Amino acid sequence: MTLSTLGPRTLVLRSGRRSVRVRVRTVVVSVVVTVATALVAVLALSLGDLPLTPAQVLGALLGVDGGFTATVVREWRLPRVLAAVLFGAALGASGAVFQSLTRNPLASPDVIGLSAGSYAGGLGAIILLGAGAGSVPVSAGAIVGGLAAAALVYALSYRSGIQGFRLIVIGIGVSAMLQALSTYLLLRAKLEVAMVAAVWGAGSLSAVGWAQFLPAAVVVVLAFGALGTLSGSLSRMELGDDAARALGVRVEGARLGLVVSAVALTAAVTAAAGPIAFVALAAPQIAHRLTRTAGIAIVPSAAVGALVLVTADIVAQHALPTALPVGLVTVVIGGAYLVWLLIHETRRRA
Amino acid sequence: MIVRSAVASRPPARRDRSSSISVARRRRAVGLVVALTALAVVSVLSIAVGSNALTPGEVWRALTAPDGTVVDRVVLDLRMPRTVAALVAGVALGLAGALIQAFTRNPLGDPGILGVDAGAALFVAIGVALGAVTALQFLPWAFGGALAVTVGVSVIGAAGRSGPDPVRLTLAGVAVGAVLMGITSAMMLLSPLTFARMRGWNAGSFVERGWDVVLPVVPFVVAGAIVALSCTRSLNALGLGDDLAAALGARLTRTRVLSVVAITLLAGSATAIAGPIAFVGLMAPHVARWIVGPDQRWIVPYTMVIAPTVLLLADVLGRIVLWPSEVPVGIVTAFVGAPVLILLVRRAKASSL
Repeated sequence: MTLSTLGPRTLVLRSGRRSVRVRVRTVVVSVVVTVATALVAVLALSLGDLPLTPAQVLGALLGVDGGFTATVVREWRLPRVLAAVLFGAALGASGAVFQSLTRNPLASPDVIGLSAGSYAGGLGAIILLGAGAGSVPVSAGAIVGGLAAAALVYALSYRSGIQGFRLIVIGIGVSAMLQALSTYLLLRAKLEVAMVAAVWGAGSLSAVGWAQFLPAAVVVVLAFGALGTLSGSLSRMELGDDAARALGVRVEGARLGLVVSAVALTAAVTAAAGPIAFVALAAPQIAHRLTRTAGIAIVPSAAVGALVLVTADIVAQHALPTALPVGLVTVVIGGAYLVWLLIHETRRRA
Repeated sequence: MIVRSAVASRPPARRDRSSSISVARRRRAVGLVVALTALAVVSVLSIAVGSNALTPGEVWRALTAPDGTVVDRVVLDLRMPRTVAALVAGVALGLAGALIQAFTRNPLGDPGILGVDAGAALFVAIGVALGAVTALQFLPWAFGGALAVTVGVSVIGAAGRSGPDPVRLTLAGVAVGAVLMGITSAMMLLSPLTFARMRGWNAGSFVERGWDVVLPVVPFVVAGAIVALSCTRSLNALGLGDDLAAALGARLTRTRVLSVVAITLLAGSATAIAGPIAFVGLMAPHVARWIVGPDQRWIVPYTMVIAPTVLLLADVLGRIVLWPSEVPVGIVTAFVGAPVLILLVRRAKASSL
């Protein structure tokens, strides 16, 4: 392990012929955010109708305490909190991939219509196949819908290259159509099916138990693995396709792999919890400002996404007398952040 | 004036120009007749089509010689006010869209896309939580929300040296709209009473809009339309850029203020009648522009005919696709209108007006 003194402080880890360079600041930020996420997660486990102390929570988690406390923590609260952490990380990573690929801070899956596609796909599976939220058909439908929306938006916005803002406005248009399609599907459905779909469609973690969490977790972990192997290509592709090719990246293959992994992340979350807006937009941007990297990095984005979603879920559950779907909280916070981003970008340019 | 004297100084070009002007005039006149006919046809369809299918003969008899049968009730008490509601809301949404597009020089302008509807909806939700029940009580709240968002979004979209940027404005509108809709949904979930009163209204629909909902709104739409029509000449000048417009003698501040007042009245009224409906205000002025060219003095009146046609057609389609139940008109306009947005951005000269 050596510490490079050229440019930003960078750690170089070597093992045989392989070497990895990591910026010290990025590592520090990721670790600090992860620790904060763990602390907020413990807080989330202790809040509820049965208030617990952090010590009781840890005891229940480690299996020291048995009985009712353990049931409350491990069976009722843990899947929801774990889901918030993992889904937040998935959304943050997915947003980081899209923002990095398009070199555009606004091109996150929720703005350019991929979340709407996943939602419509999952909704189709619920209504046409009678599947429940978080089941395999819904996940498959969400992934197919997300990929189809990605292909559609890409094809429509391609005009001798992809121009940033055109991509986004076309994404907004495709989103609007897909949302209309989803509402149409909801109206066609039988009442009881529509009720299931409506609860899922608000974007809430309240119905997530181990049965919904585990299949989604498998998809998310697989997609993270794929992203891990492709992240080197991604950072080189930020230099432009030609430069990346010159550095030995197979650009087309890498881009396809990245898009599919990122859509799988969004779709897995959407299938289990419904559409949770704007985390994928805000997390990479917050991470970018904290780490002060040149591009968008996946790991800090995922860490920030986890922190944002766990915190938003606490707000959704406990801030007001009635529990709200977490999707509403993230829409309000993330949308306000987007407005701020627009103003800020304009000021900087002016 | 300037254009005319320039033409006079070049006699050879004059004949071509005058003949092209007469062609354009004929085209405008024919187009207006076609548009009015289309509007009449959809209005009749809107009265005849529904879960209770009526023949044209039955409709005619109910309109001319009502005798208190079920058919009369369906036509006079349900479908007539509903059709008029769609006409009024259509005129209001179309004009609001035309004004937003002209005054922000933004071809993607639409009260729904720019979040004006969402602002009106949020304020109505606040009003409902504070005890508003009837459409007349919704109105001031809807106006307040529409005004706040129109001003706010134009400020965000225009912040910066390069002046208003269409795409930035669209994004600002979408973001503001998402935030406001999120807050509205949260309010509805937190207060069952608000939810019950706003459930049908919030989807963007003309179901169960009686005369008591429609009539109080009409004066405000008429006022908004008069203001809009009075601004068209200055809006033409505004389209050339602020400096040139000022040089041509247009009063910029006065035009902007009048436009915002008209947009507030129109978008607020439309939202008070029907709830948020997007994309009608986007489509209608563009269709008008394809027919009549860039002159606002023609675009605005054409929009007043085309927008209600589009909205009525969407409403009738919504009644047919899931017959005998209905799809809210806002869903139909989104499905039909979003491709128009995509088409506009794809065209090479998308940002020109």
